[in-house]
Amino acid sequence: MTDASSPAITAIDVRKSFGDNVVLDGLDLAVEQGSVFALLGPNGAGKTTMVRILATLLEADHGTIRVAGHDVRREADAVRDAIGVTGQFSAVDGLLTGRENLALMADLHHLSRAPARESIDQLLEQFELADAADRVAMTYSGGMRRRLDLAMTLIGAPQVIFLDEPTTGLDPRSRRTVWEMVESLVDDGTTVFLTTQYLEEADKLADRVAILDRGRLVAEGSAQELKQRIPGGRIDVHFADAEAQLVAGDALGMPVTDQGSPSLQIPTDGNVATLRRVLRDLDEAGIDVVDLAIHTPDLDDVFFALTGRDAHVAESRTEEELYR
Amino acid sequence: MTSTYALHDSTTMLRRDLRHLQRYPGLSLFPILMPVLFLLLFVYVFGGTLGNGITAGGGRGAYINFLTPGMLLFTVAGAAQITAISVAKDMTEGIVARFKTMSIWRPAVLAGHVFSSLVLTLISLAVTIAVALLIGYHAAAGPLRWLAALGVLVLLAVALIWLSVALGLVAKSVETASNIPMFLTFLPFLGSGFVPVASMPAGLRWFAANQPFTPVTNIVRSLIANEHVGSAGVKAIVWCLAITAASYLWARYLYNRRPVQ
Repeated sequence: MTDASSPAITAIDVRKSFGDNVVLDGLDLAVEQGSVFALLGPNGAGKTTMVRILATLLEADHGTIRVAGHDVRREADAVRDAIGVTGQFSAVDGLLTGRENLALMADLHHLSRAPARESIDQLLEQFELADAADRVAMTYSGGMRRRLDLAMTLIGAPQVIFLDEPTTGLDPRSRRTVWEMVESLVDDGTTVFLTTQYLEEADKLADRVAILDRGRLVAEGSAQELKQRIPGGRIDVHFADAEAQLVAGDALGMPVTDQGSPSLQIPTDGNVATLRRVLRDLDEAGIDVVDLAIHTPDLDDVFFALTGRDAHVAESRTEEELYR
Repeated sequence: MTSTYALHDSTTMLRRDLRHLQRYPGLSLFPILMPVLFLLLFVYVFGGTLGNGITAGGGRGAYINFLTPGMLLFTVAGAAQITAISVAKDMTEGIVARFKTMSIWRPAVLAGHVFSSLVLTLISLAVTIAVALLIGYHAAAGPLRWLAALGVLVLLAVALIWLSVALGLVAKSVETASNIPMFLTFLPFLGSGFVPVASMPAGLRWFAANQPFTPVTNIVRSLIANEHVGSAGVKAIVWCLAITAASYLWARYLYNRRPVQ
């Protein structure tokens, strides 16, 4: 057992290569107990490899890694006793019903009958699978499969949960269920390690966010801290004509450049006060706004700001490296 | 540490695999019906002629008594073939990765496949024997010799099932897994199962006399025909144990090494 103050996950100088392809290149991270940690990065950044190493599915070439107080290499079984994993690929048994899948997990966790049945019923309810509980999982939709997958991960109340892109490809309703689940887990003191391609998701769920690029962490902090380092947020205001554009530039104290259409891009960190000030200044100057849009920074902006490269370029290049 | 749960985890996996057999009858009925069809084909289509070659004027009656032990080996081989398919199918699904992140007895996943295939083999054997008796097979042996024959068949089944597990793990896809173990169902034909080895041409005769199915066929035949078993028994058992040991080690190596989806 771990004492309350030690981190749930520590990783020091983790390295992993497949042949000549360096996937993880000296990664350090620490995750506090009872917190949500998000590893953010484009496809091919090494997120899944890191999850596999932490979940004892893959051995690192180098590095010291402890999960729930145990060394992943020497005490793999103790680590496995403490974790739950939902990978990117569906890990449910298609020929078993939802209930049987959960019962299989309960059996493998060596739970006794009565408490197992109780927690199975509760999970079926929580994941909105009660109606489909006695149908084979093969007949489930993608979202239902993923929800069952997550419910299976929760059997046995693991201390640390790994979710590898838990909402990729999900419909909005299933995505919301996943988010609610993560929030309720944290209330119970569980540690959650998730990977995602969506800044929004990391922002909503995570206490700490780390950005992974080509096997290295390029930034780490709270979502708020990271977003402050990004100049990507802006308000786009469109006007009726060039004259209105000129007056508006004057009122807001911004240089006006010819961009083909009469509009202005006002940088913002996304807070409401800035928006209110912009609207008030335009109103006082008597300018009609034709259209207004708020552009919030996304992964592309974060990525570009931190690495100077576009996320999609990084992605294709990494894949190229993989196939070489 | 996790080996304390070896039996518990293996039976959990066995329950899972038996449910698969039950819910996927297309796969599990094949090894039960196939030997019955072959038995009927060989007895009623070829049997009249072949029987005369075994005992002069023996006809169909002589052939069914010669054929049945060989048919039982064919049954065992056919059922083992299914194991490769279910193992390969399992490996392409994420659930095995999930099992690997859980603190369970590691070989339990494979043990579940072996035991469920063994159950399927026993059902197939029971059906084949019942049909053989129905269409005129005369078993001279008493229950003890039948039990011994069954013991030898189980020994062979365990060997072929483990081999099939390894072949299922080595296959890159379910399609390959269903093709690779096909040779298992051919081997009984190239032995003493369907016609006497002595009737084959020289090269084939040498192969037939020295391949593992022949001593196993001979010992099963001697046991249930109430004949003297002799040294063939030792040879058969050594073959079975050797195949089991080598296949188990190969399968375990492949399972632990194989990257997960």
